[in-house]
Amino acid sequence: MTLLSLHNVTKRFGGLTAVNGLTFDLAAGETVGLLGPNGSGKTTALNMISGYLPVSDGAIALSGDTISTLGPERIAHRGVARTFQLVRALPSLSVGENVLAALAFRKEPVWGKAAEARIGALLADVGLAGRADQPADSLTYIDLKRMELARALASDPKLLLLDEWLAGLNPTELRAGIDLITSLRQRGITILLVEHVMDAVRALCSRCVVMNAGTKIADGPTSEVLADPEVIRAYLGEDHA
Amino acid sequence: MMKLALALIALVALAFVPAFAGPYPLGLGIGILGYGVLATAWAMFSGPTRYISLATVAFFGLGAYTVAVLADVLPYPLVLVVAALVGLIVALIVGLATLRLAGIYFVIFTFGLTELVRQLVTYYEVNVTRTLGRYVFLPLEPEHIYWQLLALLAATLAIAFWVRRSRIGLALRVIGDDPVVASHLGVRITRTKLTLFSISCVIMTLAGAIQAPRWTYIEPSIVFNPTTSFLVVIMALLGGPNRLFGPLLGAVPLFLLFEWLSANFPNHYSIILGLLFIAIVFVLPNGVLAAGDSLWSRLTRKAVQS
Repeated sequence: MTLLSLHNVTKRFGGLTAVNGLTFDLAAGETVGLLGPNGSGKTTALNMISGYLPVSDGAIALSGDTISTLGPERIAHRGVARTFQLVRALPSLSVGENVLAALAFRKEPVWGKAAEARIGALLADVGLAGRADQPADSLTYIDLKRMELARALASDPKLLLLDEWLAGLNPTELRAGIDLITSLRQRGITILLVEHVMDAVRALCSRCVVMNAGTKIADGPTSEVLADPEVIRAYLGEDHA
Repeated sequence: MMKLALALIALVALAFVPAFAGPYPLGLGIGILGYGVLATAWAMFSGPTRYISLATVAFFGLGAYTVAVLADVLPYPLVLVVAALVGLIVALIVGLATLRLAGIYFVIFTFGLTELVRQLVTYYEVNVTRTLGRYVFLPLEPEHIYWQLLALLAATLAIAFWVRRSRIGLALRVIGDDPVVASHLGVRITRTKLTLFSISCVIMTLAGAIQAPRWTYIEPSIVFNPTTSFLVVIMALLGGPNRLFGPLLGAVPLFLLFEWLSANFPNHYSIILGLLFIAIVFVLPNGVLAAGDSLWSRLTRKAVQS
């Protein structure tokens, strides 16, 4: 069953076409990598799916309903959650309040005593058990990423968009991060992840979509896509193909 | 529970002040309550969102003018209801037009709005009614105004308390921290901001309406004086805009200082006020209470170490 479908999605910033006619589907339960060199339009695509940027052309549908005409809060209410390429914590709130903010403004809000229990469980899931009262701006980088993931998960998303969530982690943290995402996949959450860490892509994604200069250049099983000469050329240049 | 009981005792005690205070202390009490209401209402919206509004006096003045215009026509309680409605309608219009602006643009717009309202009222009075000022004759003694303001302050603090504990209060803090994250978490940003902005503005309008009878004579330059807007911002910043009693605690010393300065340095007090404003923003960006807190934690930490 198709959960997310992008049809001919285009984003123009003035004269620059950042994403050009992007078309692909995500089946429910799939974990798909969205790859491509820097500036190829991956984050722009993610921003259009989450509603942060309006599409210039084309359409995005979630479970068959068009969402590309909606604002981010409506899209969030339909079950799309995301993390940001540069972590966006709510610095004046505590760790627990960061997660509460996601619980409180869901379509079916969770608040009060019920929220407290959920916050505890969500923080434990991402390895931040017992840190709810700590100020968010006192966390380390990896812990901020964990908190942002807990916040995204608090909405019980159908679709989770991860924008380079594993970037900047040391090898031990990377291992833990991959395990964490694997556990989400096992819970049935559909995941679209923008990622440069190839080990993680191989470990997590059954399928990959590759973009270059705003256009899709490959779409298929991870091992095939990563061996595709055109993909290698896009990443490493002409000599390596 | 304990805190609620203390608050109620304080409220009852304050209600008896007119019984033994002379006219001058009672006048000071009215001023403090008036500014306490304005600063608390201002901080309710501007504290968490960090949208610095300079439109306080626009609403305050609209309230005063509504009373001046309608006092002879309608019974007084109804006049207050109409004033609240006027405040609400203007807040909704202004809110829809401005709340998409952020930062300095919002500040400038709200300042401009105040001037616009003042000029419109002046234009109307000069060209249509052919008078500039209006007299307000209502059979209200200073203690009646004091009690009304005390009740309004209690209601404002109760609303502020409720906002802080409710989802809408959290929504405002999330918006203040990062509107992009807020929208991605499902916060309806415009609706949230508009709701709180309107509540805050209606309270300001009522504060102006209640105090109108005290002046007897009002004109645009008195009730739309932009210094009031600035003073409210300094008061809230001094006490700490993100604490329930912060703005009120900021209003007490600053109002008294303002009174003393304007009595003793009538020509220079605005210079001193400006310097004070700068000093507060530089030295105590989070307010006196927060500064006290951090000093306290620094002292206790030192005590633990030694």
